[in-house]
Amino acid sequence: MKNQISRFLILCSVGAMVPSTVIAAEEQLIWGVQFEQFENRFTGDAQSDVMAWDGDALIGTDELKFVVRSEGEFQTRSERLETMETQLRLQKPISTFFDAVAGVRFDTPDGRDRVHGVVGLHGLAPQWFEVDADLFVSDRPSARFEVEYEALITNYLILTPSIELDVPLRDNLDAEVKAWGPKMEVGARLSYDLVDRSVAPYIGVHYERVFGDTLDLREEEGEEGDGLFFVAGLRLMF
Amino acid sequence: MLRLSLLNAGVVGLSLLVLSSGSAGAAEYSLSVDRVKIDTGDFTRTGIGYNGKTPGPVLRFKEGEDVTINVTNNLDESTSIHWHGLILPYQQDGVPGISYDGIDPGETFTYRFPIVQSGTYWFHSHTGFQEPDGAYGSIIIEPKKREPFRYDREYVVQLTDAHPHSGSRIMRNLKRSADYYNRKQETILDFIAEAKEKGLGATIDDRMMWGDMRMMPRDIEDVQGFTPLINGKSSSQNWTGIFKPGERVRLRFINSSAMTYFDIRIPGLKMTVVQADGNNVQPITVDEFRIGVAETYDVIVKADEDKAYAVFAESMGRTASVRATLAPTEGMVAEEPDLREVPRLTMADMGMDHGNMAGMDHGKMSGMDHGNMAGADQSKMAGMDHSNMAGADQSKMAGMDHSKMAGMDQSKMAGMDHSKMAGMDHSNMAGEAKKDDAFYASGSGLVPSAADGGKFLSYSDLKAQKPLYEDREATREIELRLTGNMERYIWSINGVKYEDADPIVLQYGERVRFKFVNETMMTHPMHLHGMWSILDNGNGKWDPIKHTVSVAPGTTVYTETEVDAPGQWAFHCHLSYHAGGGMFRKVIVEGGPKSTSAKPSSVEG
Repeated sequence: MKNQISRFLILCSVGAMVPSTVIAAEEQLIWGVQFEQFENRFTGDAQSDVMAWDGDALIGTDELKFVVRSEGEFQTRSERLETMETQLRLQKPISTFFDAVAGVRFDTPDGRDRVHGVVGLHGLAPQWFEVDADLFVSDRPSARFEVEYEALITNYLILTPSIELDVPLRDNLDAEVKAWGPKMEVGARLSYDLVDRSVAPYIGVHYERVFGDTLDLREEEGEEGDGLFFVAGLRLMF
Repeated sequence: MLRLSLLNAGVVGLSLLVLSSGSAGAAEYSLSVDRVKIDTGDFTRTGIGYNGKTPGPVLRFKEGEDVTINVTNNLDESTSIHWHGLILPYQQDGVPGISYDGIDPGETFTYRFPIVQSGTYWFHSHTGFQEPDGAYGSIIIEPKKREPFRYDREYVVQLTDAHPHSGSRIMRNLKRSADYYNRKQETILDFIAEAKEKGLGATIDDRMMWGDMRMMPRDIEDVQGFTPLINGKSSSQNWTGIFKPGERVRLRFINSSAMTYFDIRIPGLKMTVVQADGNNVQPITVDEFRIGVAETYDVIVKADEDKAYAVFAESMGRTASVRATLAPTEGMVAEEPDLREVPRLTMADMGMDHGNMAGMDHGKMSGMDHGNMAGADQSKMAGMDHSNMAGADQSKMAGMDHSKMAGMDQSKMAGMDHSKMAGMDHSNMAGEAKKDDAFYASGSGLVPSAADGGKFLSYSDLKAQKPLYEDREATREIELRLTGNMERYIWSINGVKYEDADPIVLQYGERVRFKFVNETMMTHPMHLHGMWSILDNGNGKWDPIKHTVSVAPGTTVYTETEVDAPGQWAFHCHLSYHAGGGMFRKVIVEGGPKSTSAKPSSVEG
């Protein structure tokens, strides 16, 4: 592990600057930026339209990767950042198809600073399901499970259904959630690979719903427990 | 004496400067390594070339001479040149980190070595992904003695798979998403079509089986989206070789691709293969042949008619092709054949040899869980001896009801008594199977057949014209399992990638038998530097010698090497992104005449 970390650090520090080192089979630094979602979410009511994103930047080696992951929602009408979370994650392979993840998550901007530790799994399950399972550890812990599948209609026209389940393990009123009152997001996005796999415009639907005590909380505050959005956006990979 | 090669239309006008070659015994050449523009007709990009062009010039050497080659690096990064297939002192072999430190920007490195062989070879950068970026050229070595075949004119036919992306970008994309370039994946539309044909259940079973392994039956070419070129020209740019009707034309095929195997034919002409990897073979007349990455084949064709013939190279995964023309006059264009259907890998290519089991009494197999097999440790499966069950047609497998085979403990599978299957009814299999090519797994989806009928060259057909080495028993065997993690795009030998591996240590004077066991789904052209690989293709003392030996999925191939070159050498899969992904070893030859000059490497570990 120590070796791997030092190789990682060496590669990170010099890899980009020195294109060819004196190694017969050069191990190249892996890096890149991608956004699985970069989209506008529309309802019938323009008041509630949001811009949302879910993406990451990574750098590393086969043995260890450093990933910055960001996701959030921005109220286009009121120009207000509704939610944003940033994760700094280290990913290390633990099996053929899965990486263990450890890191931290920062939630911005409302309320008190919220910082969580992250432990999780990231990988590819049988039948090509891309899986993320994360436990967020803090005084307001939660667990999240995400599954995504790419169904090829053709080799360029791709339907990507996804589901995300976020389960608060304790009440977190800043985030308007109650313990064991999960939030579910279900989506289906139809994309077309326009430029390699770098730029793929898509349209789709996105549905959110809260359950249990969280639903009660929202309803008490006069908010809706669910919402259906039509989405249009770009999937990006550079 | 100015040796300016005009063989290759692509190099006409190049200044391959010969500084001095007064005596027949020595020649001096200069090569510059330059940034060049690549224009394939489909795309333009910058790349790397020699003397201002890619492909670089044809270097013409003479057997028996000493050559001096001054290589000037005009890039802003380090470079190197490896003389592929040439037998030479290891310090001249051009592999950074093994032979030497490479050539720094602005530096001129002088290679000096004797030419001890003849035939068709090539050269390329061994640094990073400069070779896929265009850094390659060809070598022709004229023999001292008359060759055992006749021809009136000759052309180099050098293939590549030019890609719009730079090599380092391709590697980065593959590492993040192994299927980034695979645009032949099976789709929902394919599923519907197949379900109509074979039934929904069978189609679902098939998809579930592959999905369980997280592998793709259409994963034949990792890197698609390239434009194949012959001598730097795409189909639309139509490289043309001129002949007079009735002439014998020698075509020196070189596959300088980064990743792509090609199936080559010249509709209307038979090809007589006279050399493989620079070495004379007993002439064999074929209609089509497959050239692995880094291999060379010399063929002679006799074009009698006054018309244009297509030299057609179709990628093994049938994703792209290139047509060049042989014609009596410039400007003629031969018709380009269509691409054939994309092949589909089978369980045989997984090393599981299901193909071999077709036609077995399924009743006796009840209880086998194919689902479990799919996730099985391939290395264990590879050891299963299915040899008794050869010859079945794998396509019949599709109809097998996998659901009925549930429940068999996989570990028992390994212990299956195959002798009991000897009694199965083979009559159903009559006429089903193509004649087996021993160099493909039985039932493999990759077994080639000639497009227009006739003979497709097999490795088994290659017989040395005049064996270089005495046939003797190998002194020991070294097993090299070709392994990888497809999804992470990590490639390895015996499960260990280059960065983590110890060198292979050989003793000068021994004869080593290498056992290549391909446990991956990809075909790997394995290239040992500095020493010949004697391909064990069952021809005994006539086994041919090669520098690159292709190992198809699910197969085991043996080569033997007379360890006659001291020093340290590279040994790797010649698919650029497999070598870069770790399917690479350093070989150290201990002992021998100059053993003390073998300096320890400074880059291991």
